[in-house]
Order: sequence, then structure tokens, then C-alpha cells
Amino acid sequence: MLALASPALLVILLLIVLPVGWLAWQSIYHDGFTLENYRRVFTEDIYWRSFALTFEISLAVTVIALLLGYPVAYLANALPKGWSILILSLVVLPFWTSVLVRAYAWLALLQRTGVINQLLRYLEVTSEPLALVHNTFGTVVATVHILLPFMVLPLYATMQKIPGDLMQAGASLGASPSLTFFRVFLPLSLPGVLAGCTMVFVLCLGFYITPELLGGGRTVMVSMLVSRNVELYNQFGAASAVAVVLLLSVLAIFFVVSRFISLDRILGQK
Amino acid sequence: MRASAARIALYVVSALVLVYLILPVLIIAPISFSSARFLTFPPPSFSLRWYQQYFANSAWMQATRVTLTVALLTVVIATPLGVSAAYAISQSKLRIMRVIHMALLLPLVVPIIITAVGIFFVYAKVGLVATLPGLVLANVMLGLPYVIISVLAGLQSFDPAQEMVARSLGMNRLRSFFAVTLPQIKSSVVAGGIFAFISAMDETIVALFISGGQYQPLTKRMFTALRDEIDPTIAAISTLMTAASFVLVLLATGRRRRNA
Repeated sequence: MLALASPALLVILLLIVLPVGWLAWQSIYHDGFTLENYRRVFTEDIYWRSFALTFEISLAVTVIALLLGYPVAYLANALPKGWSILILSLVVLPFWTSVLVRAYAWLALLQRTGVINQLLRYLEVTSEPLALVHNTFGTVVATVHILLPFMVLPLYATMQKIPGDLMQAGASLGASPSLTFFRVFLPLSLPGVLAGCTMVFVLCLGFYITPELLGGGRTVMVSMLVSRNVELYNQFGAASAVAVVLLLSVLAIFFVVSRFISLDRILGQK
Repeated sequence: MRASAARIALYVVSALVLVYLILPVLIIAPISFSSARFLTFPPPSFSLRWYQQYFANSAWMQATRVTLTVALLTVVIATPLGVSAAYAISQSKLRIMRVIHMALLLPLVVPIIITAVGIFFVYAKVGLVATLPGLVLANVMLGLPYVIISVLAGLQSFDPAQEMVARSLGMNRLRSFFAVTLPQIKSSVVAGGIFAFISAMDETIVALFISGGQYQPLTKRMFTALRDEIDPTIAAISTLMTAASFVLVLLATGRRRRNA
């Protein structure tokens, strides 16, 4: 049985374990052991500001995705099967469109001469085009769009397992619909909330394409720090140290969350 | 009364979120069929000029060939590797199999930017940067989890006793797998292969670091073009890519449902 799994395992070892190990090695070794790269990451302004910004954006994206995703998952769960299939298909549809294509679509929608600004001017809501893209706002709009399915699917899966009788029992005991929702349904859906939030937050920490194309160069997220250190400055050691810190953050989050819900639950949705 | 107000709010919010999800997917096609050089909406008149520009441009055509070659080779390599690994995971009771299972899902856990830079450093040492084999290998690694997850799901609804019966009747393990097991999990294997194809077709970040010269896939050229200026040719390419993805997903899910 081990022999059957070994070709796949070899690919994984050579193409992800070895490269990540190499990064870790390179971050501490350059003509001798050094912690210089990590000293820079933790003390130099540009590095920790980028980490702070990345965590802020990821947190904002997660909260927005939860606020937008919860009602959709709730409705898909509450409606009859035909409707819920329609809603879930609409949620997964963009999921199968290339991230690059969607970044392009958001540029087309949000830029100064874009569809939304033209519409706002036509309706005489604004006289000057709004700066909707090439900033943090544009990055967040496009990133939430890409990560929303990762929120809705685990939420929906969890809600499906909540027995409908419980809500009826609450109602028969005289609780109002909002009381049964907040006291019964919401607490039971929390594992789905945790799974969705973890996935969205962790994926957002490493996002590259949307901040690079829609951030206008000012929203320097950690992933861009890595790529710039490689492509522009040839600072391989610094790039590796940033990558290692990012990876450790991701693994730490998975580790903490796995104490509460099983990892399969977070990853199995994809 | 309050409950119905909450219900209406729920419907309105959900409808707006669904519009937000769908709008960007729907907006690209009309732009791609517009005659205007700059984005205007609604488009002034219908035209196929951006499609003509795409098909007439040798750099875009070369990139398309690279993308299709890489995606096909990825499927051909990742599908058998993924199927045999998934089979091993589902059959073996060894404790180490759980660790192997987790390791095989690593590409989903490690942020792709980290994988990309790491592969770039390794490839730089062994001379695989800007080569076709390098690009294919990286995409095989990224596609494996999709095949494994899909096939494991298929194997879950398959009763292993059937294979035991075949073996007790004298078939060896390999023959019983191909004669009894594989036909029953065929649709999840095909679905896994299709997902690996889409993953390779859409992959951008690793390609940004390790591809170059004549072996640049479509996504890398699109990314570079998007950084410079917004050329509606990209809308035409995006529309074609999206259409291809949707057809493939319909094929994959259609097969799965028929099987279920």
C-alpha cells in the first residue's frame, strides 16, 4: 500500500517540502548561520508595517465575508431544495473562474472610467469619479469576492446538520423567531463560522494577485514583500525569512483552530 | 410582524450578495464583444476585433499552446498518481497513512506565494526555470490534492467487499482493481482529472516565478499585460477561459451526479 502512495508522495516531497525547507534554510544560512534576516523582519518599519496591514486586511475581509456569507448560507438552508441548489450554484460559479479573470473584471467595474463610476455619474449621484480601485478598498472588494465561497460552503454544510425540529421546539415553547435564532440556531452554527473564518483568513494572509493588481502599489501585503525581495532586490534571505514567518503564522492558526474543530472540516470543503 | 421584516431583509441582503458574486463574471463577455478601445458601458457597438487580435497574435497563441500542453500533461500525470495514492489511503490501516494523507494535502495549506518562491529557488539550482517540464511538475503537485479528494470521496461510497469477492474468485489485486473498483469510481476519477486541468489552466503565481521565454502560459502573459494597461484583448481571452472552465465543471459535476 505504501508503494502505491509513494509516487504522489515523492512529487509532494520534491516540489513542496524540499522548496519550503530550502526557504527555511536560506533564511538562516548565508556564508554561516545568521539571524540578520529575522532581525530585519521584526525591526524594520517596512516589514512589520506590511505584516500589520496584511493581518488588518485579512481580518476585515473575514468579517465582511462572514456578514455577507451568513445570510446567503442561511437562506440556502431554509429554502426548498430547488432554490438552495440555485443559490449554491451562484455561489460556486465565480469559484471556477480564474482569479486573474476576476481581478480584471473588478478593474473594469471599479476604475475611474469604469462601469460603476459611469453609472453613478449617469444617475447624478456623483459629479467626480470616485477612487474605487488602486487602493485598499479595491483590494478588499475583490478579495472578499474571491474568498466568499470558502465562507458560504462550510456555513451551509454546518447548518444542514442542525435539526429543524429544534427551531420548532423553540417556537412551540413560546420563543419568538429571533429568540430561537439567537439562542438555538446561531450557537449551533458556530463550528461552521469557525471553519469558514479560518479558511478565509488564512487564504487572505497569502493573497497575491488581487493586492498586486488592484492595490495600486500602496497596499503592500506580505506576499508582495516576498515577491519584491526576490524579483526587484534579489534579497533571497529576506524574502525567505518573510515567507517563513508567514507560513508559521498560517500553521499556528491551523493548530489553534484544530483544537476546536477537526481540520478535515476546514479543508474538506474545497 | 417583526419576523416578516427580518425575512424581507434576509431576502434583500442575500439577493445583493448574489449580484455581487455574479456581476464580475457577467461583465467580461459584453466588454469582449465591444468595439470600443476604452471601456464604455453599454458597449457602443458589437465587434469581434478583440477576438481577432487574440487569434492573430503569435505571442498569445504560443502562450495558449503552452497552457493547453501543461494542463493536459498535468492531468495525464496527476490522475494516476492521485488515484493510486487515494486507493492506498482508503485501503491501508497503517497509522503512517494518516500522515501521508495530510502531506498530500499540503499544497492546499501552504500559501501559494511561499510554494512559488520555494520552487523558484530549487528550480534555479537544477536548471528547471523557464522550462516545460518544470512547469508541468509544479502543476502536477498543485493538482494532486484535487484528484485525491475527489477519488477518496468516490471510494467512500464503494464497498471494498466487492473487490474481496473478485480476489477470492482468483483475480489478483491489480486485475480486480481495474475490473471491479475502477469502473465504479470512474466518474470521481474523471472529475478529479478535470479539476486538475482547471487548476493548471488557471494557475498564475507559480508561473510568474518559474516560467519564462517561450514557455510562458496564458496567465503569466495576462498578468503582465494587466499590470501595464487594460487591453480589451484580455476580456476576449478571459471570456474564452471562463467558458472553458464552465463547460469542464458541468462535465465533471454532471458525471458525478449520474454516478450518485
